[in-house]
Amino acid sequence: MDAMKKMVLDYVIREYLEEDDDRVIKEDTPLITGGIVDSFSMVSLKRFLEKKYNVQIPDADATPEAFDTVNNIIDLVNRFLKK
Amino acid sequence: MMSNIGSYEQRLKNFDWSVSEQELGYKKGDPINIGWYCSDRICKMGKGSKMALIWEDFKGNNKYYTYDDIRTYSNTFADYFLKLGLKPGERICIFMDRVPELYISFLGILKMGGIAQPLFSAFGEESLLTRLENAKTSAILTQLKHVSKVRRILKQIPHLRHIIVVDAGTTALKEREIPFNMEETTRVDKFEYYKTFADTPSVLHYTSGTTGQPKGAQHVHYSLISQYLTTKWVLDLQPDDIYWCTADPGWVTGTSYGIIGPWSNGVTQAVLDSGFSSDRWYAFIEKHKITVWYSAPTAIRLLMRDGTEIVKKHDLSSLRHLCSVGEPLNAEAVLWSKEAFGKPFHDTFWQTETGSMVITNYPGMNIKPGSMGKPFPGITATVLDPISFKPIAQPGKVGLIALKPGWPSMFRTYWNNQAIYDSKFKNDWYICGDRASIDPDGYFWFVGRDDDVINTGGHLVGPFEIESALLEHPAVAESAAIGKPDPINMEVVKAFVALKPDYEPNDDLELEIMNFIRKKLSPLAMPQEIAFVKSLPKTRSGKIMRRLLRAQEWNEPIGDISTLEND
Repeated sequence: MDAMKKMVLDYVIREYLEEDDDRVIKEDTPLITGGIVDSFSMVSLKRFLEKKYNVQIPDADATPEAFDTVNNIIDLVNRFLKK
Repeated sequence: MMSNIGSYEQRLKNFDWSVSEQELGYKKGDPINIGWYCSDRICKMGKGSKMALIWEDFKGNNKYYTYDDIRTYSNTFADYFLKLGLKPGERICIFMDRVPELYISFLGILKMGGIAQPLFSAFGEESLLTRLENAKTSAILTQLKHVSKVRRILKQIPHLRHIIVVDAGTTALKEREIPFNMEETTRVDKFEYYKTFADTPSVLHYTSGTTGQPKGAQHVHYSLISQYLTTKWVLDLQPDDIYWCTADPGWVTGTSYGIIGPWSNGVTQAVLDSGFSSDRWYAFIEKHKITVWYSAPTAIRLLMRDGTEIVKKHDLSSLRHLCSVGEPLNAEAVLWSKEAFGKPFHDTFWQTETGSMVITNYPGMNIKPGSMGKPFPGITATVLDPISFKPIAQPGKVGLIALKPGWPSMFRTYWNNQAIYDSKFKNDWYICGDRASIDPDGYFWFVGRDDDVINTGGHLVGPFEIESALLEHPAVAESAAIGKPDPINMEVVKAFVALKPDYEPNDDLELEIMNFIRKKLSPLAMPQEIAFVKSLPKTRSGKIMRRLLRAQEWNEPIGDISTLEND
């Protein structure tokens, strides 16, 4: 697993799962539709990504679909990293 | 299809709530129990095999429950609570995602005479503690994924005797925790419901104000009379409808119109236990052929953002009536829904304290996009002058929305806080805390809140609760929380923070404070922006002038600042 994927996955598990919540989160686990990250919490996740990877993700691109899995999040960040 | 209400104008003539009482077979002085009305009565009418609940999880798995299922399962919960030693009048909290056990245990609590205290499962431990402590809650129903939040506050709530975990399986539980599996427990076919009467407390919903901690709006079983009739006339639920209310029962819409309204009308409702996605929502409507949809402006604006192309990928022709609640529905959203679904969303206005809709748009009525509509029959509504508290006669002039007390679902007090309850009444009017005007045709037009409460995504968040939690962060010296404009959620929380001398503002600290509030209170209360300031504007008596910060944020007139402290 590449470093970015691991970083995002670890962050989601640490920040958005309760300590006794033993659900397994993988890179394709639905985060938004799965009820792990809600639309309000997405803002703090977006802020983390922007800070960590020094990118600006426009609000119009920060859709529930774009944040629904770690894989989608990585794609999103990469889109703006390359610009 | 003829709507249930028929002509709104005709219904206004000689209206009396006894219309609802007669339909429900209720006579003054009789016992009245919402749990019984929502399940046993429907079975007695010969509809026991009719589907009551179609439930779906985020993976698309379904569970189905008939009215006879919810009757016997709710009996099973009620019987279990009594066997645990819980007594009528005790507060039993429901702290779960939208799983079937939430909906069914709600009826079970009411059947045994308990007071149901639903709380939003995304609440953090501090929000949970405040509300359980205030209500002196005796038991809580929850899921494994949420139980650690209860564990962390356990020492501070000795009155909480039982933590009932509905999905424990073989997981080892801890102090005061007990497993209860609804479907594996022997069903109780006969349960003599506790004889509750019109004024017996039923539901305790917590709501936020400008000052102090959240207050528990206490409702009674007689609220059914309003909830039944408004569901029938405004949501227009008819026998063959498949109804979807998108609200979470942690909030009042999710109980009044996500449990009591549809089930007392004997209608099939569908529940989606999944986070938001336009495609997911449309697929749910298509799969279950939803006919009546009750949602919220924030969700509608998210759907709008995704456009009409995605709508066309789904067959949504089953939809026949759409309603909205939570915050004012902007005209653009009404017009968009006509374009996207071929029918408008009907805005409905009410609040936790009113227990049921009070000013709404009706099927068949001419909708003025952006308007709240007109008072429900039996509701006397007006706008009051904010100084004299007398009704404003002049059309178009903004005043305070006020209601004549006495409708069946009006809250009866704030739990342990009669003084604040009393302060909500002026000149025999109940003051809602919102501002509006009335046009020459009698339509109400929402203007905004009359206080500092933040309405974000249709939920009220109290600034005091956020500011208190912010002060618990080691870096924060003082703070103020306000609502700032947001195109999707109407408002989101913005915090102004002055740091202690050893701390410097930076991005890491901002994110840390955001997450701190999200976990302590809830994602709704998390500031989406933090402005680090050297000091906050205060009155000479030391009170933070939120009004000033808000006016600056909204580009509104600052108003009187004669009491502002000089630096």
